[in-house]
Amino acid sequence: MSILLEMKDITKEFPGVKALDQVNLKVREGEIHAICGENGAGKSTLMKVLSGVYPVGTYDGEIHYGGALAQFRNLRDSEDQGIVIIHQELALIPELSIAENLFIGNERQSGGVMNWHETFRRTEELLRKVGLTEAPGTIVDRIGVGKQQLVEIAKALAKDVRLLILDEPTAALQENDSRKLLDLMLELKAQGVTCIIISHKLNEVRYVADTVTVIRDGMAVSTLDAKAGFEEDDIVRDMVGRDMSHRYPERTRLAGDLLLEVEGWNVWHPEHTERQVIRDISFNVRAGEVVGIAGLMGSGRTELAMSIFGRSWGRNISGKARLKGSAVDLSSVDRAIKAGLAYVTEDRKSLGLVLDESIKFNTTLAKLEGVSTRGVLDENAETEVAERYRKALGTRTPSVFQKVGNLSGGNQQKVVLGKWLFTGPEVLILDEPTRGIDVGAKYEIYSIINELSAQGKGVVMISSEMPELLGMCDRIYVMNEGAFVGEMPASEASQERIMSLIVTE
Amino acid sequence: MTRESKGLKAYLSAHMRDYGLLFALIAIMAFFQIVTEGTLMRPVNITNLFLQNSYIIIMALGMLIVIVAGHIDLSVGSVMGFIGALAAVMIVNYNIPVAVTIPVCLVLGGLIGAAQGYWVAFWRIPSFIATLAGMLVFRGASLWLLEGQSVGPFPQSFQVLSTGFVSDIFPQTLTSPIAEAVGARNFNLLALSVGAVASMVIIWLGLRGRARAKAYGIEGEPSAFFWGRNVIVLGALMFLTFKLSTFRGLPNVLVTMGILIVIYAFITQNTVIGRRVYALGGNEKAAKLSGIKTERLTFFAFVNMGVLAALAGLIFAARLNTATPKAGFGMELDVIAAVFIGGASMSGGSGKIVGAVVGAFIMGVMNNGMSIVGIGIDYQQMIKGLVLLAAVIFDVYNKQKQG
Repeated sequence: MSILLEMKDITKEFPGVKALDQVNLKVREGEIHAICGENGAGKSTLMKVLSGVYPVGTYDGEIHYGGALAQFRNLRDSEDQGIVIIHQELALIPELSIAENLFIGNERQSGGVMNWHETFRRTEELLRKVGLTEAPGTIVDRIGVGKQQLVEIAKALAKDVRLLILDEPTAALQENDSRKLLDLMLELKAQGVTCIIISHKLNEVRYVADTVTVIRDGMAVSTLDAKAGFEEDDIVRDMVGRDMSHRYPERTRLAGDLLLEVEGWNVWHPEHTERQVIRDISFNVRAGEVVGIAGLMGSGRTELAMSIFGRSWGRNISGKARLKGSAVDLSSVDRAIKAGLAYVTEDRKSLGLVLDESIKFNTTLAKLEGVSTRGVLDENAETEVAERYRKALGTRTPSVFQKVGNLSGGNQQKVVLGKWLFTGPEVLILDEPTRGIDVGAKYEIYSIINELSAQGKGVVMISSEMPELLGMCDRIYVMNEGAFVGEMPASEASQERIMSLIVTE
Repeated sequence: MTRESKGLKAYLSAHMRDYGLLFALIAIMAFFQIVTEGTLMRPVNITNLFLQNSYIIIMALGMLIVIVAGHIDLSVGSVMGFIGALAAVMIVNYNIPVAVTIPVCLVLGGLIGAAQGYWVAFWRIPSFIATLAGMLVFRGASLWLLEGQSVGPFPQSFQVLSTGFVSDIFPQTLTSPIAEAVGARNFNLLALSVGAVASMVIIWLGLRGRARAKAYGIEGEPSAFFWGRNVIVLGALMFLTFKLSTFRGLPNVLVTMGILIVIYAFITQNTVIGRRVYALGGNEKAAKLSGIKTERLTFFAFVNMGVLAALAGLIFAARLNTATPKAGFGMELDVIAAVFIGGASMSGGSGKIVGAVVGAFIMGVMNNGMSIVGIGIDYQQMIKGLVLLAAVIFDVYNKQKQG
């Protein structure tokens, strides 16, 4: 097979940082090439160099594409040559229809007048190609994230794509949607489209990739032939530069007295008031215990957590909550915090952090009374607190005055954790605590969770990654469609058992 | 390049906005000082400058908080005019004592703010719309209250609010030799002393902050910058208070304004409630999930705005010595412009009191300077518009450069 793309000795520097250091990448025509690496390793930068977001001249090295030297000055240049990137965050306009989205910037038109007939016809064709049966006029907002991702791919196909780049395409998808997407990639490959996929999920890489390139600290550290077979642990080791055979740190398990007990919890949807989202849920957490809640996205896990945490979600909430055996008032967020609850959100960027502010600002935000006297802030005490949690959690940052928006996902998550630890909680509810962060940082987050349980705190862990729940928890509740459908000690749990509970109930 | 000069350069580029604003004000003042052939800095004109801009600045303090919280208040001009009208009707038409009128007006201002804030905070009506409605309502209300007529004049006891001066506490025997020495008719030593004390407090606070930062190993402002900035600011402060002392001393309004500026700067920067406002504007959902009562905070931002608009209305009416149905028309735009020139962001979460005050002075000096030079109101408007645009472009450019 011929080489479609060769990136030679690519070096890209930002003020003070070498984001890419002489990276070489060869992609053969018609293959699926996976790029793996921790967050901040340089994967996205490399793709931006390739697609002309960083124009020729702002980096060192050469790009050969389709046998010729490529000098892209902007995205348009690379798109003209059939290179299309689909970013992690979807670039669809939710209020417009699928058809309108597919041809944005590429409209079927003559003399500035839309040719709707042609637009709809082509849309139908493309949707069929990606396995969607939606009408072209469907508003994008009305279809699920999984289907939106497929629409993105259809949009790429509308541009006569030759090299399709997918940046963590399945990050927000559920298992079956992910599978559909990966199958589509294989189909496109059969049709001759070359793909580059950036992914954290090694099982997916194994499923689709022909070749894997691992990038670490701005350097391409290894390239593996996936067909020859590889061990996931090998890739993980290359990604983090250390042996990761123990992906979950060891913990001595000791469940103490009952901490939080929730009984008969019912919640209705805030807008669709007739819809009951949480049905009669009861559960408990003991001191020093890590309790998992497994379930698919949309099963109501986040809604359950947020409704308990100061009724921050939902309507007509009913049910009893007891903390250390006595009834506790969780009717508002500040009461829940005072009672000793903390909720670490799954969506740290929009619900957890003030991105434009410093680590210091964010760390003390949920307990400002802890760094103030009579309503007057003590800046030095704040700095001290922020510094303490920076050290304790190993947040990698030049200083606590750094904007959190500039940190990587893993470090942002540590800031959120620090913020909640400072409130001195008894029970922490962690909602997808390792989403979108790299393997090394995940391990550190796991260690922090273990340390918390060793201190006698109760941890409720919500996660879509079943291996994570199996590796970390003492006990697992299985949730489906707003109700708990099973409970088991982690020692007796398996992915198959959990999944079958979800499917059969 | 040495390490130190690299540090200076990095520091400067990171804080371009703060210094840029200050230098812009100085440059504009210098420019008009030259083109007005010294009229700008004459004691009487400096006094005028403060009087003319006091109500804008007072409202800008409240507006900054509203804008930091992620909202806007378009009604302040109308509310200001309405409260001025109310004061005139109460005092002139109904002979209600000034001591009763002032608190009533301030409370009413708060209630007006509450009425608008209620819809914005608890019903999530966009503030642009809720306060646009308020703007129209209170414009009409002023007309109705005054029956289309101007009402005045006010008794002396009300006028002092705006046109009064703080009398000197130092004996004549001490001040007249100074007056003679500087060639003025009289000399208000109190004004100069206040300037001197304020300068010392500023230096002391600055040094204390630096010492603390150093104790925590925080790399703060390079000392060359610290001293350079302080020399300029304090020099300007001493110069202004000196000029004021050769005229009639400290205007009452300046004192009111100065105290309010200090209070609001303290609240926004050093208190829990101030911090919460920034969090609310920076990310409302995250603030809410951190236990902050975001609705209540938004509500009180508008209540506060209403009180300050009422105060501005009283000062404005006292200064003109009459309430006119058109008072405050379009004033909200000057206030909002001052806050944005001062570096606040439309999306909320950022902006400083000092910035808003400097922004208001930039607008004020330009208004005053252009009027002295005799530039028509037509050109004045255009120039002010372009200055606002330039300031915001400068902001965006800086942000992009920092990445």
